[in-house]
Amino acid sequence: MRVIEITGLKHTYKGHEGDTVALAGVDLSIEAGEFVAIIGRNGSGKSTLAKHINAILLPTEGRVVVMSMDTQDPKQLWRIRQAVGMVFQNPDNQIVATVIDEDVAFGPENLGVPTAEIAARVDAALRQVDMLPYRRHAPHLLSGGQKQRVAIAGVLAMQPKLLVLDEATAMLDPVGRAEVIDTILTLNRTADLTAVLITHHMDEAVLAHRVIVMDEGRIVTSGTPAQVFSQPELLESLGLDVPVAAKLAKELLRSGLPMPEGILTATQLVKALCLLT
Amino acid sequence: MSIDVKNASYTYSPDTPFERQALRSVNLSIGGGELVGIIGQTGSGKSTLVQMLNGLLKPTAGTVTVCGITTTAKGVKLRPLRQAVGLVFQFAEHQLFAETVAQDIAFGPLNLGVAPSEIAARVDDALLNVGLPLEIKERSPFELSGGQMRRVAIAGVLAMRPQVLILDEPTAGLDPKGRDEILARIRTLHRERGITVILVTHSMEDVARLVNRLVVMHEGGILHDGPPSEVFCQWESLSRIGLGVPQATDVLRRLRLEGWNVPAVALTVAEARQAIVAAWRERGGQD
Repeated sequence: MRVIEITGLKHTYKGHEGDTVALAGVDLSIEAGEFVAIIGRNGSGKSTLAKHINAILLPTEGRVVVMSMDTQDPKQLWRIRQAVGMVFQNPDNQIVATVIDEDVAFGPENLGVPTAEIAARVDAALRQVDMLPYRRHAPHLLSGGQKQRVAIAGVLAMQPKLLVLDEATAMLDPVGRAEVIDTILTLNRTADLTAVLITHHMDEAVLAHRVIVMDEGRIVTSGTPAQVFSQPELLESLGLDVPVAAKLAKELLRSGLPMPEGILTATQLVKALCLLT
Repeated sequence: MSIDVKNASYTYSPDTPFERQALRSVNLSIGGGELVGIIGQTGSGKSTLVQMLNGLLKPTAGTVTVCGITTTAKGVKLRPLRQAVGLVFQFAEHQLFAETVAQDIAFGPLNLGVAPSEIAARVDDALLNVGLPLEIKERSPFELSGGQMRRVAIAGVLAMRPQVLILDEPTAGLDPKGRDEILARIRTLHRERGITVILVTHSMEDVARLVNRLVVMHEGGILHDGPPSEVFCQWESLSRIGLGVPQATDVLRRLRLEGWNVPAVALTVAEARQAIVAAWRERGGQD
């Protein structure tokens, strides 16, 4: 089933120094259960695109259809917001309550979910992000990774179909990043939640089913991580990078080692090297 | 110009239920012109430590002496210290506020009492140092890209001509090219200006590429202190405290576990390639 259908999407920001075209014609569809990573340099249009998925922004031209609902139809706004959960970069800007479970309850309360059901949803959501033992804690005592998992739980309590993470790992330390990424992978696999991850970390993008590369408001290329990261020259020209393991594999091939294609992670690289000798 | 931290401790909210000791008897000396990386998990005490270096926080026990100024001395004037130690906070672009780039960069030196006639030259100089074109001066900082905004914020600190530059997560949230540019600028500033640079980061890749000395913090104390090539040998200890090693080192570590004869550390892809090619030949691999 198709969760997102974007056609001919253009978006222009009006500014003091003239207009800025942030999206210059994007076509993209995302199927239920997919895990899609979007990469691209700062200012390439990634975040603008993400904000169109739950109608924070509306198209200047073109259409965005979420679960068969057009984002330009004001009557559908709240249903779209409920279907698409967003998690942003700064963990401290997303927690509103003074106790974790009250924070997670904020979303369903606003949707008018009956009280008895809210409690059940909060429990389930906190369990899904492995934060149930912290339900009565104050948010300011949590680590960055824990806060982002609480932010994800707050979204899950609204029972969305799609989770959009806009650089949700950028402010986290390595442990926090790993926690959030593992949570996304688990939700995507076991809860069949569709996930869109915007990131500057190529080693995170490698974990997705599909990688979309944006530049100057357009999709430049897309495909499996192996397909996308086999084009280091293109990525470099777009201000991006390839994962270190992929770079190293390519260097080794150049030095005469018979390396197979499509290596993206350290695990794959070491396995391939051990098969050589 | 040197930094001397002696038995410094810091406790937040002492004598309250929220009392928390963020630093425990830290000893650290940094000489003039060093390029030092500080790594550690969230809550390890990194930010508390660097905020003590320009007197934003004073140790609750022990002393911090920077450029001859001991922050806890009686009647101490902290203004010269604030000028000597420039602190670039995490996501520094959030602190931009002025109508134009030039006004924003001029704010620091104006407040330090720098003569207005000298301000323009300082603004130009700071912009060039972060690699931004002078044409940008009259534009609004809020209409720039994320990477450019970050560099304007750094320029605002450089315009105060600090002898020590402390950067907290300068590459977080930047794309790979923006990240490379900022790191290259930091390297150049250090080399050409001879200023002391302290880089606080979560990125093992950044410190591997940039610093000569790496300080690892854990639970308010210093766990390791040495050149990156030595510190990253301690991968067991680092992973125990939730840190990693650069990815090139991680590949070598995994190969060693498989019985390959490779060194424990590689800071760059080129170093890892060289080590793997040599070990492969040794194992009978043919070109």
